[in-house]
Amino acid sequence: MDIKDRVIRIIAEQAVLEPSDVTMDSTLDDLGIDSLGLVESIFAIEEEFDISVPFNANEPQQSEFDISSVASIVEGIRKLVADQS
Amino acid sequence: MKRVVITGAGTINALGFSVPETLEAMREGRCGIGELEFRDVERLAIRIGGQVKGYEPEERFNRQQLALYDRFTQFTLVAAREAIAQAGLEFSGELAAQAGVILGNSGGGMTTLDENYRSVYEEGKNRVHPFVVPKLMNNAAASHVSMEFNLKGPSFTVSTACASSNHAMAQAFQMVHGGATPVMITGGSESMLCFGGVKAWEGLRVMSKDACRPFSANRNGMVQGEGAGVFVFEELEHARKRGADILAEVAGFAMSSDAADIVMPSKHGAARAMRGALQDARINPEAVGYINAHGTGTAANDKTECAAVADVFGAHADRLMISSTKSMHAHLIGGTGAVELLACIMALRDGVVAPTIGYEEPDPECALDVVPNVAREAKVEVALSNAFAFGGLNAVLALKRFS
Repeated sequence: MDIKDRVIRIIAEQAVLEPSDVTMDSTLDDLGIDSLGLVESIFAIEEEFDISVPFNANEPQQSEFDISSVASIVEGIRKLVADQS
Repeated sequence: MKRVVITGAGTINALGFSVPETLEAMREGRCGIGELEFRDVERLAIRIGGQVKGYEPEERFNRQQLALYDRFTQFTLVAAREAIAQAGLEFSGELAAQAGVILGNSGGGMTTLDENYRSVYEEGKNRVHPFVVPKLMNNAAASHVSMEFNLKGPSFTVSTACASSNHAMAQAFQMVHGGATPVMITGGSESMLCFGGVKAWEGLRVMSKDACRPFSANRNGMVQGEGAGVFVFEELEHARKRGADILAEVAGFAMSSDAADIVMPSKHGAARAMRGALQDARINPEAVGYINAHGTGTAANDKTECAAVADVFGAHADRLMISSTKSMHAHLIGGTGAVELLACIMALRDGVVAPTIGYEEPDPECALDVVPNVAREAKVEVALSNAFAFGGLNAVLALKRFS
């Protein structure tokens, strides 16, 4: 499974949806994921890829990690995974 | 109903080892937040806190006591000794039978837990010290205060996260107010600054890595502190008869529950608690000169709290002062309301309003007079102390200048 599918699987699980219901242009809001759900998803992503995601719930917009859509999250994870290896 | 006054105060926190030291630091706008120092700190992403440094337990407690006192209990006793010495009370006979101690605390003996989990899980030991349980229980501090000062009345610990101390002091107030006892010892303490304690908070991603900047547009989270605040609440006539020095009057309080979200605060719950405290104290909103804010420095709390203040006070919201001393001593969680009550006493008694330090950029969502960076002289007749806990549990105390 590539990074995109793994991230989508995590987000889908958080949103209690099928992975097929999560599209790249979905926002977390569209998927019904609130701020607590977001923090939980980031934790699951960190565990899955063994990375550290720079995210502070107090400044989600200013974070280097863009959470505006599933696509931007996947892109961010790709970068973090690449930086790590 | 009986009038309730404060006749003794004690503290230890990142700003000082006593009330005078702490108030001096608040007047000067000094910051007690710095690099954390404890085992495994290098494994944390958050490495700052309002830690009590330079504190030597052996100077204050003997070997037997130290075997039984977690850091939160030690802090409580240090503060209780100062408060009760200032009040000049000795507890014997009928007074001892009536007077009790009600304290707020959230984490209990977190350092004791951390050390012992490490020893059994990480180091694989199969034996722990016999006093682990009596050291870590949340009521240990209240019990040790009762033993050291012979307090035999109603005594217990209240645990409502960040509002624990305010809920505890509200209970103590109510007991004296209702005539059940002429004196109560109350306040709260916390000591979660250990690897496991901070690691747990890190998980929530609401902690700042650099500073606590309440109400400032560039705030980026809360900072944990530790310490204790303890007070003597006394019935006015009892205090007068013995010529006690009165620091302030506790005029009323209110509690409310948001019944909404486990972490996100509610403007309505906060507003109901503030409004309720004013009603309980029979005080007009326009009489309030100072509010010691909950002011955690998180995005969510500060804007919600300011909106609640605007709702309760209307046009007067722009005339009163509101500051968060967490910018200096950090967030003492279950002990925070107790240390913050000191800022209310200073405003009422000394006419000095503690600042919100670290304030850098105005936030249109927090457009109140937050007393930025520098303390201010002002005559304050009434002060409120806000505490809004995780879990949506709110407790607000109303204090009056005593003249």
